[in-house]
Amino acid sequence: MEKFTIHTQAKAVLRGKSSNAFTGVVASGNLEILFERKDNSLDVTVEVMTASHGYQAVWEAVIKDFVDRTSPGGVHIAIHDNGARPDTVLLRLMQGARLMGAQS
Amino acid sequence: MTDWLKQKKERARRLEEVASLVSGKVVQPADVTALLERIICSGDRVCLEGDNQKQADFLAECLTRVDPSQVHDLHIVQSGLVLSEHLDLFRLGIARKLDFSYSGPQSGAIARALDQGKIKLGAIHTYIELFARYYVDLTPNVSLIAAVSADRNGNLYTGPNTEDTPTIVEATAYKNGIVIAQVNKIVDTVPRIDIPGDQIDFIVEAPKPFYVEPLFTRDPAAVTETQILMAMIALKGIYAEYRPRRLNHGIGFATAAIELLLPTYGEQLGLRGEVATHWALNPHPTLIPAIESGWVQQIHCFGSEVGMDRYMSARPDIYFIGHDGTLRSNRLLCQNAGLYACDMFIGSTLQIDLAGNSSTVTPDRIAGFGGAPNMGADAHGRRHVSDAWLKAGREAAGNDGPLVRGRKLVVQMVETFGEGMKPAFVEELDSIALARKLGMPLAPVMIFGDDVTHIVTEEGIANLLLCRNADDVEQAIRGVAGYTPVGLARDRAKVEALRERGVIRRPEDLGINLLQADRNLLAARSIRDLVTWSDGLYAPPSKFRNW
Repeated sequence: MEKFTIHTQAKAVLRGKSSNAFTGVVASGNLEILFERKDNSLDVTVEVMTASHGYQAVWEAVIKDFVDRTSPGGVHIAIHDNGARPDTVLLRLMQGARLMGAQS
Repeated sequence: MTDWLKQKKERARRLEEVASLVSGKVVQPADVTALLERIICSGDRVCLEGDNQKQADFLAECLTRVDPSQVHDLHIVQSGLVLSEHLDLFRLGIARKLDFSYSGPQSGAIARALDQGKIKLGAIHTYIELFARYYVDLTPNVSLIAAVSADRNGNLYTGPNTEDTPTIVEATAYKNGIVIAQVNKIVDTVPRIDIPGDQIDFIVEAPKPFYVEPLFTRDPAAVTETQILMAMIALKGIYAEYRPRRLNHGIGFATAAIELLLPTYGEQLGLRGEVATHWALNPHPTLIPAIESGWVQQIHCFGSEVGMDRYMSARPDIYFIGHDGTLRSNRLLCQNAGLYACDMFIGSTLQIDLAGNSSTVTPDRIAGFGGAPNMGADAHGRRHVSDAWLKAGREAAGNDGPLVRGRKLVVQMVETFGEGMKPAFVEELDSIALARKLGMPLAPVMIFGDDVTHIVTEEGIANLLLCRNADDVEQAIRGVAGYTPVGLARDRAKVEALRERGVIRRPEDLGINLLQADRNLLAARSIRDLVTWSDGLYAPPSKFRNW
């Protein structure tokens, strides 16, 4: 297991009112993601726990794109990854953001 | 005086040589190797029927047992090199030269044999390209073929897997060649005559039925959410845009996902009856839900598929069915249909470079092409019009002048990362390294970039028709290449400009709700669901049964 946390800033506070959302499953090649709304700040923290070592640069690129596209300010994201490919990670993140907003 | 009858006399001489081994046209299984030793001469061109699916496996086994000191330097001309016996011919020194189309399970063994100099490679062809050469410069001297049954006059019933047989036999029989057929059973009367007996010289009842490889069965249980998302992108961004009614699908999971989304997502988009009504297609089990939901009007098949026969026999309004009640397939005619009568080919690939060239070659495997280069090529001889064809041609030309011809839609679907996180997008195709290693004058490319019209990945669609120069093409490809090194090296400003122009379209540009990219969107989520959809008529091979 490799563990790291990415801190970044969004352009805006995440839309929607849901306090949390959950998506995915820890199957092989998949991942689960927990979203928690912390405050009304622009801070975003992403805690990654992954079974695949050595891909932190790719994680950072995926999370940067995700933050650019959804502006999830004030949200803490916890990821349990079991070897998902970057496209699956981005799909899950986008689905999670939609769940947070869709339930508003 | 010129002797104009050399071939005819040679044929008579060979038939005379084996007269003691046959009774009428019938050969006993134990005598086949002796017959082949006498009837095949060193240096002959031999077609040992190896199709995409059906294999003349008993005759192949007999041919590997001939004495290489008597029969050697054969030139093998067959579409599929699929059985280990096919490679044994080269290892044993019986065969020397090879012209083929597809190798599937033997792709690694062929690459090794080429590397060791055991095979002298003529060329890797597409199916119809090899068939065409049967009639010009690769006409077989002897063809060893497979059929379901024969009568004593040699009339053959090929059953649902007719595939290449009529094409091989026609070329051989009408050019003074010799045709030997293995059949599962010799009967008094065949259910229908697929090949007339006067084109067949000998028949042998094989000890066991010929082998058929199930190639097109994709288990819905293995379809991923990424593939579902890509199928949604394709349906909304390509099917709904161009409305292709006549098409061919590749055999990968990406297009299986589209088939399984027609009755659900396709229905939501209002596309039933508007797209995908007429097909040149193998009998894909994953198309059953769409057929049962009234999407499909007609399908012509290259070959059959294990387990689909009863279902197809019960749907003669959809499939081509003989008066006997079973499927008639024909690879030559169906490939021709795919080339000239389809508005779209959509299929998977393994590697795409920055010019859109698409290849399935990896450094140590030569899988061949099969039909993809024909399905995935614009036929410049096409003259009839359709809305989809004209729209594609006009996008490419940038205008709709009276001499702007259409274009076939050639769509490559690929997940940005393949098996083992191997990037699908590359600066240079592996096939170039392979060609260098083997001294090939032209690197094997499945579909050249100038034929590819769209690339679909989970990141979106790159529409190459709208690209105006090589830089547009490169950035359009980088722009859908995800987090591969090729994708990460994109020029972000240029990619955004291409998006403004509609060259690149992302799921959000198409109004796709990502939460719908879920396995519940599949019309069938397991092989068992497919059986249910088929009213119990589909009988999946045992390896796909888990209940």
